[in-house]
Amino acid sequence: MNFDYNEEQQLLADSVRRYLAKSYDFEARRKIVAAEGWSTDAWKQFAEIGLTGLPLGTDHGGFGGGAVDLIGVMEAFGEALVVEPYVPLVLAARALERGAKSSPLLSSVVEGRARLAFAHTEKGARYALDAVQTRAKESRLSGEKSAVIGAPIAEHFVVSARGEDGIGLYLVDRAATEVKPQRTLDERLAGDVVLREAPAHKLSGGAALLEETVDFATALLCAEAVGALQFACDTTLEYLKTRKQFGVPIGTFQALQHRIVDMYISLEQARSMACLAASRADSAGDARERARAISAAKIRVADAARHVSQEAVQLHGGMGMSEELKISHTFRRLTVLAREYGDVDHHLARYAAL
Amino acid sequence: MDLNYSAEELEFRDEVRAWLGANLPAELREEVESYAHLSKDDLLRWHRILAKKGWVAPAWPREWGGTGWNVVQRYLFEEELGYAGSPPLIPFGLSMCGPVLLRFGSDAQKKRFLPRIYNGEDFWCQGYSEPGSGSDLASLKTSAVRKGDHYVVNGQKIWTTLAHYADWIFCLVRSDSGTSKRQEGISFLLIDMRTPGITVRPLILMDGAHEVNEVFFDDVKVPAENLVFEEGKGWTVAKYLLGYERMNTGRIGESKRQLAYLKRYGEHLMGDTRWRDRLSRLEVELTALEITNLRFLDRMRRTGQPPGADVSMLKIKGTEIQQELTELMMDATDPAASDPLSVAVRKRYLSMRKTTIYAGSNEIQRNIIAKSTLGL
Ligand SMILES: Cc1cc2nc3c(=O)[nH]c(=O)nc-3n(C[C@H](O)[C@H](O)[C@H](O)COP(=O)(O)OP(=O)(O)OC[C@H]3O[C@@H](n4cnc5c(N)ncnc54)[C@H](O)[C@@H]3O)c2cc1C
Repeated sequence: MNFDYNEEQQLLADSVRRYLAKSYDFEARRKIVAAEGWSTDAWKQFAEIGLTGLPLGTDHGGFGGGAVDLIGVMEAFGEALVVEPYVPLVLAARALERGAKSSPLLSSVVEGRARLAFAHTEKGARYALDAVQTRAKESRLSGEKSAVIGAPIAEHFVVSARGEDGIGLYLVDRAATEVKPQRTLDERLAGDVVLREAPAHKLSGGAALLEETVDFATALLCAEAVGALQFACDTTLEYLKTRKQFGVPIGTFQALQHRIVDMYISLEQARSMACLAASRADSAGDARERARAISAAKIRVADAARHVSQEAVQLHGGMGMSEELKISHTFRRLTVLAREYGDVDHHLARYAAL
Repeated sequence: MDLNYSAEELEFRDEVRAWLGANLPAELREEVESYAHLSKDDLLRWHRILAKKGWVAPAWPREWGGTGWNVVQRYLFEEELGYAGSPPLIPFGLSMCGPVLLRFGSDAQKKRFLPRIYNGEDFWCQGYSEPGSGSDLASLKTSAVRKGDHYVVNGQKIWTTLAHYADWIFCLVRSDSGTSKRQEGISFLLIDMRTPGITVRPLILMDGAHEVNEVFFDDVKVPAENLVFEEGKGWTVAKYLLGYERMNTGRIGESKRQLAYLKRYGEHLMGDTRWRDRLSRLEVELTALEITNLRFLDRMRRTGQPPGADVSMLKIKGTEIQQELTELMMDATDPAASDPLSVAVRKRYLSMRKTTIYAGSNEIQRNIIAKSTLGL
């Protein structure tokens, strides 16, 4: 048992943090969000640091990393509120690697050239994995995927659809789809993806691959949330020490001290569960063990996201509501993370059923 | 990062588990499992079994009977004790007075007291709290006046757990009432409970149990050689001990056993979504705390740093979880039932409210974190 990062994981997290500190502060991010919603420059840097190759195998020029290798990166992303659709890329590329080993797209992903997104969610399905309505018939997909993160800039989609032999994943070219762009509550690029008999390449792995992919996503989002939680706690603590009312820093009020202590406790409990989720995403004995750990993690992380984000805003007073302060954007991110790939109720039901 | 125990750690755990399986007397386990009241004999019997095996004080230095285990092994051991349903090891001698003497005691005091603590020959209790001094311990008034080769102690302690079993009490007393800082006039004294002038009076708690007492001191003569560390330096000793006290309060193994039992006990409710959600959330919180605890231990092992205010968090979360477990257990009982187990389960709910009050109330723990970790 140990909780150390190994040297490579540490180096990777450090270089991501260094880059974000230098070029992706809150002001820089604001500009990105106000413009295209993503930065090609940042994307290039991510590829250069090795992030696009991280989750893929050495066959394709990647590093064969798992969720544990990504924890440090995701935490850094959560702290900086990175908007570039990195997680969708990881999910789609991993699924592609597992379901179509020799796809030439994979080495382009590693090099940072190919942009992929993972198109699963549909209106009305909420979080149920098996509620897929999109149909696959003779290698053509019809249906509509909604709120697909990164859709406006994706060149390929990995899409879940229901075929004659059940639910499976398919690779679809963006040109064969219609994408209706939108922004999420937390200012990321997303889009509805309309499929009208779109030609598709079927991946092997079926529904189990879909479930594994979504579990992996959940593990990454837990780590990302931990980064956002850390920021929310730290920035609120700083505010308690500097903001003065009644002639003293508001951090001298015990009513507020105890509340921020509870925020940090939530953070530590969430961090523990994020470690567990990543570890089990990589090395669970079976799918049930993996699913149980990951749902447990999502329950705790989502509870912490709600608790910490709400308290952070409250303890900032009016400033917490202001668009000008980063904390309100962290609030938005945490609100979305708490629900992405399953809210608390969904994971409670899944956890209890396993 | 690897959240699995190593092969050696698992081997160690299995060894402990197998030994407990063979050596924990069934009667004791059954008493613990049915929430029965444990007698002094029960407590001492288990203490002596562990002492004989050499496992009663793992954290002590080897020369005094410690095992030389690392922090993770010690954690595993405690978890297995809890999980097996073994009687609690009363902390006052083993994890309070013992560590204090090891750190601050004279050679003579160590030789005189440590082996007797180890072997369960002396039963100890803790005399800190007073009617007017609970959280604000430094305001304590029980006085000790030096007269030649002894101190004369007058005053009152309260909430003294198991004083009615105890042979000895360690006390914080005011040896100098004229200091400018309240903390400075306090001394740490070891007092034989058979000394004339000591009266122990039971305080019955809301579950009807006799667990705590009031202890009155009326011109009690205490030999000066029973002073630990220097006169007036008792606060230093007390602060050292408080860290120890909180290390024990996570009680994760015990809570895991309670949770496993709760799942069986409340099986008839598993079809109820609201019940299942409460249970799941609690299980998740306990899992998270277990990992948090391991993270802290792992950091201690790597950095060699003693536990900081982080243990306050373990105390807060560990006790909240223990209380919630008892609440769920109570809610799972048949409201119409009056069998001994149902009654014991309800009483346990009453009793466990104490956990967030004693050993530094959870509010005080939050103050500690705010001050020493967050710098507020
Ligand atoms: C079952 C049991 C066993 C015990 N065993 C022992 C024992 O063996 N030996 C021993 O010496 N003592 C023992 N105690 C005493 C225990 O340590 C005290 O009860 C505890 O320190 C709290 O003190 P108090 O009861 O005087 O409450 P108070 O200190 O009066 O506290 C009352 C309330 O005010 C809160 N409060 C107090 N100060 C602050 C503050 N600064 N900020 C915010 N909130 C605050 C407290 O958290 C609590 O909620 C035991 C207590 C119990 C219930």
